[in-house]
Amino acid sequence: MRDLLARARFVIAAIAIGWLVGFAVPAVAQQAGATFEPQADAVNQGTLLKEFPRIQGNINQLDPQARVLIQPGGRTWDYFHQIVLRWIGAIAVIGTLAALAAGYFLLGRLRISAGRSGRKVARFNAFERTAHWVTAVSFVVLAITGLNITFGKALLLPLMGPDAFSAFAQYSKYTHNFVSFAFVLGLALIIVIFIRDNIPDKTDIAWFKQGGGFIKSRHAPARRFNAGEKLVFWGSLGAGIAVAASGFLLLFPFYITNIFGMQIAQVVHAVIAMLFIALILGHIYIGTLGMEGAFEAMWTGDVDYNWAKEHHDLWLDEKLAKGRGGPRPELPSPTPAE
Amino acid sequence: MARMKFLCDADRCIECNACVTACKNENEVPWGLNRRRVVTINDGKPGERSVSMACMHCTDAPCASVCPVNCIFSTDDGVVLHSKDLCIGCGYCFYACPFGAPQYPQLGNFGSRGKMDKCTYCAGGGGSEVPGSGEEYAKYGANRMLRGELPLCAEMCSTKSLLAGDGEVIAQIYKERVVKRGYGSGAWGWMTAYREDIAV
Repeated sequence: MRDLLARARFVIAAIAIGWLVGFAVPAVAQQAGATFEPQADAVNQGTLLKEFPRIQGNINQLDPQARVLIQPGGRTWDYFHQIVLRWIGAIAVIGTLAALAAGYFLLGRLRISAGRSGRKVARFNAFERTAHWVTAVSFVVLAITGLNITFGKALLLPLMGPDAFSAFAQYSKYTHNFVSFAFVLGLALIIVIFIRDNIPDKTDIAWFKQGGGFIKSRHAPARRFNAGEKLVFWGSLGAGIAVAASGFLLLFPFYITNIFGMQIAQVVHAVIAMLFIALILGHIYIGTLGMEGAFEAMWTGDVDYNWAKEHHDLWLDEKLAKGRGGPRPELPSPTPAE
Repeated sequence: MARMKFLCDADRCIECNACVTACKNENEVPWGLNRRRVVTINDGKPGERSVSMACMHCTDAPCASVCPVNCIFSTDDGVVLHSKDLCIGCGYCFYACPFGAPQYPQLGNFGSRGKMDKCTYCAGGGGSEVPGSGEEYAKYGANRMLRGELPLCAEMCSTKSLLAGDGEVIAQIYKERVVKRGYGSGAWGWMTAYREDIAV
């Protein structure tokens, strides 16, 4: 019996020592120099960012935008919006105004060479004029409220103070969002109504060759719209569609695009809007100050006969040819006999 | 003067979301808004890394730069705060932020967003409310800074991976860790936020 116990203790001791030795060996091996770095194969932030513009992963929350861990492009977009865009806007708006002012003071108002005849020709009907003015008024409102986002805090905030300016900017934002629909509707109508008369043709080349009506000695032929007006039409069509599409994306943020898409949409919207404003400033100038007899075309719908003959002679001929048997141009009312 | 920063040690973060829960609770952040979130990169694959991310309180904050009404500003401590009274909810701060810190309650139509909300470093808000008052708490959340306390997310971190405090102090802690363990994947976001790296 004692032998058995002694044997049992010996066996247990042997096993215990064997286990201890077994554990010690690997420890000794580890200290000998085989270090194990569990995160050694992990890539650090700088390397990852060089490969991808955005780093994203999995999250617990539901918002998919929160998956983006870091998008350094945000700082680039900030630089664009605060510096690049302000330069573009300043050059586009102030530069255009300066050029127009120079044009006005150097060339003066473009007069009707033959003087007013007193006879009227119908140019734009009520539907056409309504479509134009809906678009025009909404454009001006959108331009002012839009420029406020870029330039407001530099120009208006010092004048109004933070609380008043914030309230103004808030209403400005809502106005911009809602009036944009009127603009898109007006633009769609204008495209549909006027596209037929704005298709480029050979007359436009002749118009350019003759100096576009700016050289008094030459005669620049034109149909209903001359080449300059056609440029405004197609420019507005392209810019309008671009601004509307990008604006729509901005109106429904992250419905279709991710953060990069939103930044691109904002860049497109802002840059094209600035250039569009420059274009329309030129258009407004010509239609009001720049040319005698132009504004009434869109306001009353009728133009002076001599104005039409000077600037849109081919259109006038077409109208007169059609008018045989149609309504006569309005004759000046005779003075009543006393 | 102390310059307050956040540092998330990506090698220690275990994605427990204690920081998220602590922030939500302490500031009574409404449903749907996430001031702090934990993002896991390479989930399930070798090199899986989790990082806790909220506002980094950047030097030269791009959100403050781009705000059309100048409602975001930096305090002397480097904490970036904003005024919800002046905010117009345009969303530009989110486009500019490299870390996706601004959150919006989505209150209106056509992307109207509502007033922007974000991590305040538990330092109250940038409005005109009295610091530490009930009104300030209702609008912006806790003001622990007033009592000299650090943000609760870092205090609650279970592995002390999320560090908050003076930039010099937490950079030193992180450097010691990296030296001790022999590796470190870098202080995530420090180059973008503070324009400096923690060189070890």
